[in-house]
Amino acid sequence: MYTKSAAVYVAGVGVVSAIGNNAKSCLQSLENGEAGIGPITLLNTIHKNNLPVAEVKLGNDELAAQTGLSPNASRTALLSMLAANEAWQDAGISNAGHLRTGFISANSVGGMDKTENFFAAFLKDNKSGRLKDVVNHECGAVTELVADGLGIKNYVSTISTACSSSANSIFFGARMIKHGMLDVVVAGGADALTKFTLNGFNTLQILDKEWCMPFDENRRGLNLGEGAGYIVLVSEKVAAGISNKLYCKLSGYANANDAHHQTASSPEGAGSYAAMKGALALSGLQTKDISYINLHGTGTFNNDISEGTAIRRLFNPPYPKMSSTKAFTGHTLGASGGIEAVFSALAIKQGIIYPNLRLQTPMQALPFVPERIFQKNVAVDHVLSNSFGFGGNCSSLIFSKL
Amino acid sequence: MMDLKRQIVEQLNLQHIKPEEIGDDQPLFVEGLGLDSIDALELIVLLQQQYNIKLNNAEDGPKVFQSVRTMADYIKSHQA
Amino acid sequence: MTENVYITASCTIADNVVVKNGKQIFEQKGTKVQDFLVAVYQYLAVNYPRFYKMDGLAKLGWMASEVLLEGSFDKTKYKPEDMGLLLCNKNSSLDTDIRYYDTVKTMASPALFVYTLPNIVMGEICIRHQFKGENDFFIFEAFNAAFIQQYVHHLFETGAMEACICGWVELLDNDYNATLYLTEKKENERSILFTEENIYHIYQTTHG
Repeated sequence: MYTKSAAVYVAGVGVVSAIGNNAKSCLQSLENGEAGIGPITLLNTIHKNNLPVAEVKLGNDELAAQTGLSPNASRTALLSMLAANEAWQDAGISNAGHLRTGFISANSVGGMDKTENFFAAFLKDNKSGRLKDVVNHECGAVTELVADGLGIKNYVSTISTACSSSANSIFFGARMIKHGMLDVVVAGGADALTKFTLNGFNTLQILDKEWCMPFDENRRGLNLGEGAGYIVLVSEKVAAGISNKLYCKLSGYANANDAHHQTASSPEGAGSYAAMKGALALSGLQTKDISYINLHGTGTFNNDISEGTAIRRLFNPPYPKMSSTKAFTGHTLGASGGIEAVFSALAIKQGIIYPNLRLQTPMQALPFVPERIFQKNVAVDHVLSNSFGFGGNCSSLIFSKL
Repeated sequence: MMDLKRQIVEQLNLQHIKPEEIGDDQPLFVEGLGLDSIDALELIVLLQQQYNIKLNNAEDGPKVFQSVRTMADYIKSHQA
Repeated sequence: MTENVYITASCTIADNVVVKNGKQIFEQKGTKVQDFLVAVYQYLAVNYPRFYKMDGLAKLGWMASEVLLEGSFDKTKYKPEDMGLLLCNKNSSLDTDIRYYDTVKTMASPALFVYTLPNIVMGEICIRHQFKGENDFFIFEAFNAAFIQQYVHHLFETGAMEACICGWVELLDNDYNATLYLTEKKENERSILFTEENIYHIYQTTHG
């Protein structure tokens, strides 16, 4: 039975990104202003010296050792397992065996890293290449592998909607809990850097050859990143048993389609506007209640003006504080909603605001400026987190203090 | 320019248009053929693959791809 | 209070046959899927040149939704943000992923890269019909009638949507299937209840 007013709580977080292999080290980098962007080291590509990326600072062997998966597993699965496991351990739900638990994960490339290596050999000689390597190519297979690793059996699902994927996973998980179908959900997403995406984004000419500058008047594009981010959502009943470990509530969410272009956002930010407005409506909050917006803020010309315009249209002065953490982590595609959900939950629990690095010239068209310094001891009551994907798929999540 | 028109039709999958229907000076973008930003990127690929010309500055795009004639002129002046 | 949801139209495209509301409207055996879809487009005399640039999955989903809505849907009854989509498949965008990756050898094709995500087909449908509501794409091992029924019903129940195109759009090489349902809260003379059995029954007709 669906209970619209049923609250959904965040009981655990787990993250791996270019700025840290777990939540604690990511927070340290966020506080120190240390971005994880640098030259490509893990991929053998012609772009090696031209394009900065935000790589996770662990090789596949190290990831395998830490997660217990095979080093031959896809890097997406390895990253996913590391972060999902951290979130699960963090939530520390002791009687999990009696609870209906789900794993809802998103990614955009699946096991593409293995397929790339297979293809190179296969295209040269179609008898070579290990076919076994591509068995876990499809997005769903990566999810199943990690669910098995976590021991989650009741419900496993994969969402694939580009850069809004893991935000969509999160609120799908919340709905399953509100609908009384699950008690606990580990939700989020993962994506690994691959030549597939690097070449693709490069050919769309939206990559920055230098370190990206989100929401800067002179921004040049995005830097690709990789990583994984998961939160553990629990029902009110489960939350009652672990109240001292909770981070915040998931109080609002919405998804809308921009209906403008396959990859570019509409100038007025119709989809972003609708997603933010919908999330606010569900949460029952007003725009003035939002303490901080974690922007999608990729650093592309198009996204930042579109998102900024939508915020200008929806909010009134005084505007909430805001920043794009992609200046730290790069754009982690299918993982971005999950990673930024973790950062949002931490912002509320710890009372911190993240800076928007490398912002030199604020965008002239916008009446607000993202935060430039890390702030502590701030009352962060409600955080709005935006994730907008190709195909016009726009999602917004709202996290609220307990 | 007929060869170039054929290449454009093929590269951009313009199955509903015959090469001879494209005017030499017809605007390719906005009105005219109504191409979009992804088509512009594909034309950059075309220049590279068919003529070995690299359009490094995407901002030059609108000038170069204004019409088939401006494209043909650009190719002539940049071919090795 | 559980309101009733109805299937007010359905469309299947499989084995080179297009069926709308149980009636065959076009068939062309022997052609490969992308050529077949172009033939459907030309047969129906649709004027939407953007169709030619789409990849296989987008052509399939877009064409199926075009047939689904034509003559069956009055979108003036709804606000754009109340119309949404819920699609699923098994192989995501793998067909285009492979084609795109082949171009990386020489020079990556931007037009193909754009389609290396399964939700782009929803983007194309939304652009065409100005559906601005919620849209989501799920990956499953096989057609999952129970999920579609439960989740879409839930979306109506919570007021997330007032009209929804849902179903299965799958394409890998020449293996393909589009089974779409138009769902609304209002009945009409041909509508049937949006139940797991009815959903599955329509899907089963493509395997007949």
